[in-house]
Amino acid sequence: MAEPLLSVRDLCVDYVTDRGPVRAVDHVSFDLAPGEILGVAGESGCGKSTVAQALLRILPPPAVISGGEARFEGRDLLGLGEDELRELRWKRISMVFQSAMDALNPVIPVGEQICDTLHAHRELGRRAARDRAAELLELVGIPAGMIDAYAHQLSGGMRQRLGIAIALALEPSLVILDEPTTALDVIVEREILGHIRTLQRRLGFAVLFITHDLSRMLQVSDRVAVFYAARLVELAPADELRRAPRHPYTQGLLRAFPSVHGGTVELASIPGAPPSLSDPPAGCRFHPRCPLAVDLCRERDPEPRRMGSDHTAACHLAK
Amino acid sequence: MSGAGAVRTTGLAAWWGAIRRDRKATAGAVLLGFFVLVGVFGPWLVGDPHALVGIPLQPPSAEHWLGTTGQGQDVLAQLVVGTRVSLAIGFIVGIAVVLVGALVGVTAGYFGGRVDGLLSLLFNVFLVIPGLPLAIVIAAYLPSGPATLALVLTVTGWAWNARVLRAQALSQRQRDYVAAAVVAGESDFRIITREILPTMTSLLVAQIIGSTTYAIGAQVGLEFLGLGDVSAVTWGTNLYWAQNDSALLTGAWWTFAPTGLCVALVGFGLTMLNSGFDEITNPRLQLERAWRGYLAARGHKATRSTPVVGDRG
Amino acid sequence: MTFLLRRLGFYLLSAWVALTINFLLPRLMPGDPATALFARFRGRLGPEALQALRETFGLTEAPLWSQYLTSMGHVLRGDLGISVAYFPAPVADVIGTGLVWTVLLAGSAVLISFAVGTALGAVAAWWRRGWVDTWLPSALVFAGAFPYFWLAMVALYVFGFGLGWFPLGHAYSDDLTPAWSLAFVADVARHAALPVATMVLGTLGGWLLSMRNTMITVLGSDYVNLARAKGLPAGQVALRYAARNALLPSVTGLGMSLGYVLGGSLLTEIVFSYPGQGYLLVQAVRNQDYALMQGIFLVITLAVLGANLLVDLACLWLDPRIRETAT
Repeated sequence: MAEPLLSVRDLCVDYVTDRGPVRAVDHVSFDLAPGEILGVAGESGCGKSTVAQALLRILPPPAVISGGEARFEGRDLLGLGEDELRELRWKRISMVFQSAMDALNPVIPVGEQICDTLHAHRELGRRAARDRAAELLELVGIPAGMIDAYAHQLSGGMRQRLGIAIALALEPSLVILDEPTTALDVIVEREILGHIRTLQRRLGFAVLFITHDLSRMLQVSDRVAVFYAARLVELAPADELRRAPRHPYTQGLLRAFPSVHGGTVELASIPGAPPSLSDPPAGCRFHPRCPLAVDLCRERDPEPRRMGSDHTAACHLAK
Repeated sequence: MSGAGAVRTTGLAAWWGAIRRDRKATAGAVLLGFFVLVGVFGPWLVGDPHALVGIPLQPPSAEHWLGTTGQGQDVLAQLVVGTRVSLAIGFIVGIAVVLVGALVGVTAGYFGGRVDGLLSLLFNVFLVIPGLPLAIVIAAYLPSGPATLALVLTVTGWAWNARVLRAQALSQRQRDYVAAAVVAGESDFRIITREILPTMTSLLVAQIIGSTTYAIGAQVGLEFLGLGDVSAVTWGTNLYWAQNDSALLTGAWWTFAPTGLCVALVGFGLTMLNSGFDEITNPRLQLERAWRGYLAARGHKATRSTPVVGDRG
Repeated sequence: MTFLLRRLGFYLLSAWVALTINFLLPRLMPGDPATALFARFRGRLGPEALQALRETFGLTEAPLWSQYLTSMGHVLRGDLGISVAYFPAPVADVIGTGLVWTVLLAGSAVLISFAVGTALGAVAAWWRRGWVDTWLPSALVFAGAFPYFWLAMVALYVFGFGLGWFPLGHAYSDDLTPAWSLAFVADVARHAALPVATMVLGTLGGWLLSMRNTMITVLGSDYVNLARAKGLPAGQVALRYAARNALLPSVTGLGMSLGYVLGGSLLTEIVFSYPGQGYLLVQAVRNQDYALMQGIFLVITLAVLGANLLVDLACLWLDPRIRETAT
């Protein structure tokens, strides 16, 4: 890969509780190329959203970034001060939150919520900012007349599209999508994802696409990262992951989310539940639920290993 | 409560267990218990509060620990004897108000529709009409005494409980176990008393405690106005006489200060008991304290953006 | 608009309930205004006078519904009967003299307490450390556990009697005549300072806690997080995104607490011999002046309803979601 846009190495994030720190992200490493769409998959609580918010350093207390490195456009994200962070946020990296209803301020008109970030960063005049806001609304297919409407007056799909419009306001080079369609019905979901893909091709930003819906992600992403219990367990191009997943967890996920195309496959869920992060199992964290577990898995934690040109997996049995 | 490690998760026993575990609630219980003991046994230990025992308006001394009133009576005796009636009326009204509130509120929440509309309107009207003036007007027509006070306080106080209990009943009504009972053909009365009310036990207890706090304060207020039986000895009438005898302007702070302090202590104790202390201390802030301590121990500032601590590669 | 109309309708209904209570009480209860008045002036009035008095108070032989309509008519014309304690002054006049002082006292206390308490609550939630957050809330809640009028007694004793910093009572100095002069206004302020301060102290804790707790929840919400992620300056996040939203439940709570606060202010007036409705109320109780008592009850109820309507207007202005819904 040429100079990556984002380079994360051994990132660790802890939540400080009164019983001590709980690790929510454990030595996660990956790269992201400019204009690339990287999907991030995993069950709830596996750390995928935490990684994204850690990059922007917007994790609320009691979160602490306890180790690792994150370089973005050559800058050390973890070493930036408050003012530098505020400048970088939204201008270079932006985010579309999960539930768009909750992510919009209910008492300010929606147009204002695009304009305030324009003012905060570029000091665009009032008129210029309003024009830009109208432009952005048009870009995502919201009638320009809604610029003075309030969040509760928009439908769910419109709110999600508004979230995208806000995210693109300053033309960032990386847009993080955190479960952008989970709260929407399937038809609207398809529309939104189509929008995102079109915009991405047109404007060329990189995307970190976080979702628990693996099959959806495989359709949209260039590469996919699979998280389990705060660890990155597999990272590969989307096609290769679909064809030949190396980690048993990924294999299990694929079986649970069969593709609409192709033959009928038996739906199988992975038995058991994800482990508690405050007291993870010894050895490989997945071994209690893994159909292929052997003694080695119970004793030793597998390191992520390279297999093939662009495929990494953390499993003793993967080849 | 057996020590065999059995922990009940619902109902009164669970609530009592929670009290013992939470330090502040225990402190509240102890405080309250102290006053209850004073109320029950105190009057036998002090002299007659009506007796004229000394020169009026004497400051606290070895003979009269809290001094004498404007009439020459012993302040401590009046305070102790007054505890019994004030607490008794407080508890009685506290329970009565929750009973009426539950009757109206649960009925409204459970039945919904027109019944709910009507009953909600009723308690909303009673909520907005100012309580003290209404209490005064009603009490003025009735003979002065504890019964009148109790009646008047109940009439002006039930609406708040009705509102809270209605909301709770409404949410319980939507639950599956109620739907199951309806399908099984249980009568409404049985569903309310056997299924819904038991889930609300700790809420009801919390309400009783909160309402008792209100009742004691309101009672003292009405008696201060002269609406109680001014010849009786209660905390409120003590304050009435202190004001009447111009205690303030003669500098006789001992005639009113201890009484007010007792009212506050009982109120505070009740609040602590209700673990309403959580409201005051806020658990989310407790969590953040652990975080701040962690950062401070590593020489880090608690920044608005997520702080970066530890070795970075 | 529907919202306001519904609220107005509710307040009109509540006012009507208050009027009806006033009508029914003397007819249901053992005592009545006419008999009390007569008993007071026994010897000076002939027996026919009792009948005349009863007619004045509407306690005639006419059927109940007729009496009801007559009494409604009286009230709507501002005729609230004759006062016993201030005989022969009409109740409406007596109440009128004290109304402005009660509104001044209770009004300033509520506004100051709400403003300061809410601001402190926002500060406590935003900075989450220091004395504003650690012991101030507990101290204020403890202060609020005391009856307001008792706090008033203590304040009067310490600051008035003991230190002599403030006057010992009344609304203004005896040697001044009311006028719109700076000297008079300053004098009124000096006299109002202690009563208002004690009421503020008693109620501050509640507002602080309410705002603090709401604000902490709001600060954890997605839209505040998004505001931070957008790189907005901290001040904007704190005010436009957090405080603005956290304010809503507190303002709603303001309406519900007005009746209670007003009750406390009446008692505080008594301690300071402040010439408002509280003082009149005590006189009314002492003299069994039912007409005056009921008149005060009515006027105070109307004042609280009016204030509630103002609070509703504030809610409407603050929260765009209310403007649409007809709930």
